Amino acid sequence: MISTLETQAKRPPFSPEKMAEVQGVIKQFPEGKQKSAILRVLHIAEEEFGGWLSPETMDYVAGLLDIQPIEVYEVATFYTMFNMQPTGKFVFEVCRTGPCMLVGSDDIIEYIKTKLGISKVGETSADGMFTLKTAECLGACGYGPMLQCGKVYHEHLTPAKVDALMDEYRAKYSSENNNN
Amino acid sequence: MGRKLLLEHINVPGIETYDVYRNHGGYKSVEKALKTMSPQEVVEEVQKSALKGRGGAGFPTGMKWSFLAKPEGVPRYLVCNADESEPGTFKDRFLMEKLPHLMVEGMITSSYALGANTSYIYIRGEYMFVLEILEKAIAEAYAKGWLGKNILGSGYDLDLYVAPGGGAYICGEETALLESLEGKRGNPRMKPPFPAIKGLYGCPTVVNNVESLCTVVPIINIGADEYLKIGTEKSSGTKLISACGNLARPGVYEIELGISVEEFIYGDEWCRGIANGKKIKALIPGGSSVPILPAHLITKTATGEDRFMSYESLSDGGFASGSMLGSGGFIVFDEDQCIVRNTWNFARFYAHESCGQCSPCREGTSWMEKVLHRLETGKGNMRDIDLLAEINKKIEGNTICPLGDAAAWPVAAAIRHFREEFEWHVTHPEEAVKRNYGLLKTPSITL
Amino acid sequence: MIKVTIDDIEIEVEEGTTIMNAARMIGGDVVPPAMCYYSSLPGTGGKCRTCLVEIAAGSTKDPRPMPKLMVSCSTTVQDGMIVKNRTSEKVIENRGAVVEFLLINHPLDCPVCDQAGECDLQDLGFSHGKEGSRYEEEKRTFEPIDIGENIKLHMNRCILCYRCVHVANQLTDQRVHGALHRGDHTEISTYIEKAVDNDFSGNMIDVCPVGALTDRSARFKSRVWFLKPMNASCECTKCSGKAVVWMFGKQMYRVTTRQDQYGEVEVKDGKPEWICNECRFDKKDLEQWTIEGPRHISRNSVISQGHYEVSKTNLLK
Repeated sequence: MISTLETQAKRPPFSPEKMAEVQGVIKQFPEGKQKSAILRVLHIAEEEFGGWLSPETMDYVAGLLDIQPIEVYEVATFYTMFNMQPTGKFVFEVCRTGPCMLVGSDDIIEYIKTKLGISKVGETSADGMFTLKTAECLGACGYGPMLQCGKVYHEHLTPAKVDALMDEYRAKYSSENNNN
Repeated sequence: MGRKLLLEHINVPGIETYDVYRNHGGYKSVEKALKTMSPQEVVEEVQKSALKGRGGAGFPTGMKWSFLAKPEGVPRYLVCNADESEPGTFKDRFLMEKLPHLMVEGMITSSYALGANTSYIYIRGEYMFVLEILEKAIAEAYAKGWLGKNILGSGYDLDLYVAPGGGAYICGEETALLESLEGKRGNPRMKPPFPAIKGLYGCPTVVNNVESLCTVVPIINIGADEYLKIGTEKSSGTKLISACGNLARPGVYEIELGISVEEFIYGDEWCRGIANGKKIKALIPGGSSVPILPAHLITKTATGEDRFMSYESLSDGGFASGSMLGSGGFIVFDEDQCIVRNTWNFARFYAHESCGQCSPCREGTSWMEKVLHRLETGKGNMRDIDLLAEINKKIEGNTICPLGDAAAWPVAAAIRHFREEFEWHVTHPEEAVKRNYGLLKTPSITL
Repeated sequence: MIKVTIDDIEIEVEEGTTIMNAARMIGGDVVPPAMCYYSSLPGTGGKCRTCLVEIAAGSTKDPRPMPKLMVSCSTTVQDGMIVKNRTSEKVIENRGAVVEFLLINHPLDCPVCDQAGECDLQDLGFSHGKEGSRYEEEKRTFEPIDIGENIKLHMNRCILCYRCVHVANQLTDQRVHGALHRGDHTEISTYIEKAVDNDFSGNMIDVCPVGALTDRSARFKSRVWFLKPMNASCECTKCSGKAVVWMFGKQMYRVTTRQDQYGEVEVKDGKPEWICNECRFDKKDLEQWTIEGPRHISRNSVISQGHYEVSKTNLLK
């Protein structure tokens, strides 16, 4: 069982390498327009600080960009990619929009729910490994059903492929944990 | 085989890398433009090509460029709209993923034409893997001297950056995109002023779709006269069509505008007909926002003429019996599909993606979604069908940005062409619930 | 100066004037209703869509009608423009639809709402609303919250005009509340529990066109039409000290800004007379104020039914 506390343990500030990356992003915009970097910095922050945006993380980003915390909250809650709550180790975002539905995304969603033993989209499996979410059109309409996990698209899904994917991610997690 | 302008070298191994791309004629448009043409001449060439914006609205790209204000001492920006999110559309992702250097080349040539010294590609956040591909290509282009200071010794400077979104369809609307690029919520701006006058950071800005900017490359390379020979009189050139739904061979195809719809759906070179030997029931030819066409209006127009893949032919008959080429998101429905379910699905999409700024869209899209959900789940009544038609008329045209129209049109068209199916859902609620639930028809599924 | 015709009445206005402001110069029922536009708060407007009007002719130069209805608060007039407001059936019909949209998720809890009697949505519903509702779905709901010790937020009643956000941006030095989430889940909030306690934050209550933001110090004390509004002033270092005090006998129930016929704060010498939180929430003793006389409120308002203006000598009895 992975406790959400473990993910919360990673807190600001950024490591020196990540801070350099963030500064590089800020420099892409004209002077005084550092707020433009917010979305990219939030993506980096989410990845660095436990897969979700805690108020603490957002306040930290506000400080980095020299803006009010509310400006970060407003932006973070507007865009659906950001997790405003702790999630499982891996988040499966299944596209549910028309073209994917035509080729069976509803069934894939049901299948994943059954596999994870959860009753609703948005829930996390009891072992804390997977959170199931749905997403609107991810631009893979010709290759559906599909899901996104992190930066990776998994396309042409079937129940068998979903099984294999889960095994793959579980293996990835245990190998990463053994290395630590 | 039709002529390919964008995807000519798509099957060349390694075409995503600089060397291979360059060896196949890459960056020639930059050489030609910077060495032999003035910025104004590039603008005029694009105007002459009659290129229509490939993002969906079809506004002439050259005309958009000609509107750009050029006050002294104020920077101008070119922003590429790579926020591809219209359901059924996945062509821009294909272009950027497979041909990142074409995107970069298009940005350089176009930025030169507009006199922009800083340009941005705003890409949807979900395409983070594509962003990484683009940044790699940009780094290569900097290293080879195609970006940065004094490009090709011309005295022209350009910096190019990629900025990700965070998950919001509305940021495909150009002013919402600019808001987002400024680090704000993606709320569309009131127009006027248009971005050409006041865009990014209040400066004159052009926002163009990925495919439009990539198409600038062949237009400059072969010249507008040659480009105009391709396609039809009113629809010049080629267009990427992202075909999906129940097709035997879905995918991204580059067509010469003007081939017949029948050939595109059934031809061996293209989609090879409907999957699993089924019959076609309906088609949405240009992304989820455009009107759906019933079977009898797909390959023929209402007057019995052949229907072609062009701006003018797909819209023949107006909204009564036609549709739009839109973004080229070509969604095919086979005979087993439920129009009510799909209409609800799209309504849910628009309700989910409404920014919530103006009342008709915020309240109207979610109202339609709720009514359609009741109908789809066998809890609707006949009154609801008229109510839907009534709600969508009151959203259309009354909102700040076109998302209201985009949400209203699919519902209106579905009721227009498939009213019996909506009525059937009212008269046969139990069957309606059981019918058409994906591929597996999982018996355990309940709504 | 350029000429514009609104509902058959011609007026000359300066270039750059909006249709809304041109209509306000004419006055009366030519003026379109506004729920989100607020002239003293730049950047407001365009969102609620209640001020939609028909442009029958764009200008003398280009007299074509505009295909869509336009928002009068953000559309500037052109020379020779012909605007139809109450004379356009299309406007009446579509404005009715906007009212319906604004009401489908509204709780209609007017009997227990402090804003009742001076609520723009109530007035709009009365003038443009339909009888009955066609909305059979569940309404979206939020729990009421206190944002700071002085202000109550009833998100259920909010129509998302964003005026309060502009107040926080423009009158206070640190905005701590804003619009969160999106679509019909959008809510005005501080996200994490945070007090809105800036010196001028109380003006959010006055600009709110509905009962979403109410004054906790006056909450549930009295229906507004039982109170007698008086122009009053005080010496204040933070603000103009010009306010309206709302009296019940000799008891002061609440203090607000002075508002014009459009519900907007009065402007003197180009400066809106916002009041500070101390004047609004803390000065509730008659001795702290100089009473200037009864506040004139439109005779159509339910507040005027208290006939407080006729008995000047008995003002505070």
